[in-house]
Amino acid sequence: MDITLNEMLETIRMVQMENLDIRTVTMGISLKDCADADFNKMKDRIYGKITHYAGQLKSVAEQVEKEYGIPIINKRISVTPIAEILGDRSVSEAVEIAKTLDRAAKDLDVDFLGGFSALVHKGMTKADATLIEAIPEALTVTDRVCSSVSIGNTKAGINMDAVRKMGEIIKEAAEKTKEQNGIACAKLVVFCNPVEDNPFMAGAFHGAGEGEVVLNVGVSGPGVVLNALKRHPDADLGEVSEVIKKTAFKITRAGELIGRVVAKRLGVPFGIMDLSLAPTNAMNDSVAEILEEMGLERVGTHGTIAALALMNDAVKKGGAMASSYVGGLSGAFIPVSEDNGMIRGVQEGALTLSKLEAMTCVCSVGLDMIAVTGDASAETLSAIIADEAAIGMINKKTTAVRIIPVPGKKAGEMVEFGGLLGRAPIMEVNQYNSVKFIQRGGRIPAPIQALSN
Amino acid sequence: METKRAVVSVVGKDQIGIISHVTSVLANNKVNILDISQTILQDFFTMMMIVDVTNISSLEDLQAQLDEVGKKLALTIHVQMEEIFRSMHRI
Repeated sequence: MDITLNEMLETIRMVQMENLDIRTVTMGISLKDCADADFNKMKDRIYGKITHYAGQLKSVAEQVEKEYGIPIINKRISVTPIAEILGDRSVSEAVEIAKTLDRAAKDLDVDFLGGFSALVHKGMTKADATLIEAIPEALTVTDRVCSSVSIGNTKAGINMDAVRKMGEIIKEAAEKTKEQNGIACAKLVVFCNPVEDNPFMAGAFHGAGEGEVVLNVGVSGPGVVLNALKRHPDADLGEVSEVIKKTAFKITRAGELIGRVVAKRLGVPFGIMDLSLAPTNAMNDSVAEILEEMGLERVGTHGTIAALALMNDAVKKGGAMASSYVGGLSGAFIPVSEDNGMIRGVQEGALTLSKLEAMTCVCSVGLDMIAVTGDASAETLSAIIADEAAIGMINKKTTAVRIIPVPGKKAGEMVEFGGLLGRAPIMEVNQYNSVKFIQRGGRIPAPIQALSN
Repeated sequence: METKRAVVSVVGKDQIGIISHVTSVLANNKVNILDISQTILQDFFTMMMIVDVTNISSLEDLQAQLDEVGKKLALTIHVQMEEIFRSMHRI
């Protein structure tokens, strides 16, 4: 059946007026065969492999974007967690590898490259320890490299020694980049239950179960959902869910088509479609504003979690119908610094750190792009990570912490990170410490939920 | 050979000669019009055409020529592969 005029107009309206876009096409590249006893050869292999596969990524994506009239905002790369190919290299050599990745990203003109990562949810190898030690320096001397560390999952429990370490690493990374408000921390994610095919940064890496190369797609569209809801001001919540579901379906279908076309032209397999609603600082492109449109005076007030749960679930239902291969994180993101509505909620005292934590129980991914006072201790940061990890572990979902203890800043001040990372109001952490709890170390055993066989 | 179809959308203030300007660009590029519909939406002229672009090597080039017309008449003109509409609105 031919497409009707109204349907055409709807698509055009979504793109031109409501910020419908493909947030990212992310090429996952395995670096497993790049390890080499000769360090220079190893760096050459890494650079060579990335630039070989992703050489046309940007140009092909831009061409498809023009032909189909849907913008693809970011072109990105994820690679094998570097700790897995690090072998017995030193910390400074690990930093060298980060620089190699940065050079590849810049030469290809992709905006971020993820995978300076280690998976230590149960234990830490020497290579993992080396990589983690290198993170603060690596994120300081590079611009586009992103790092992530898995410190827990439902099957293994939480590696509290790693959690303690990450608190210190985050502090160190903030200190090293204090001139830029601790920006290194904005490129570092600490995960519980990470997924191997996530196309979104800063947490993307190309997991151990993935193939040589794959193309994953992340769609966006809070603006489209917001506008759809604005057309139904008096709908009951069942109808609200239906509106969101239908909208998510359309957004996802567009994303899947674009992803498949890009993958086909690049000659690489299409991986997954990630259905996350990812906000940006663009006008009306906010997840918080969707919640407010449902009838909350400000995001963060009572009812926020119910509204978020409804929205997240409706997005998934619509998206799951629309795509054959759903993966990644697939839920709504609530990064504070990248969402104008969230920023306003914090500034006006409606949205607190505790409420954000509670919100992460019902959506992906976790405490994301949260700026806290510079005097927050390493143990406090570790304890925040432990809390989020526990939510993820028990609820069998991905949770993450991307937190920036901004050196020298006090609660209520604003900090600018620039570009996609946005700007954030400094939030206060609990005044009581968690030192003893964190210093105990060890491993929180896998929960009863792990015994599913 | 499989036919490739695209949608040309024109949105802007109604005025004399819109269709003539747009269709002459299409004719110059040997693009056949398969379907055409138009409406006035809140004072805005809106026209959609489904066109055959099987023989067009660069959609970008066609878009650039349409952009010129768009600029001259203060219209927004887009040409997009039809598949995107099909995948969003049909199962």
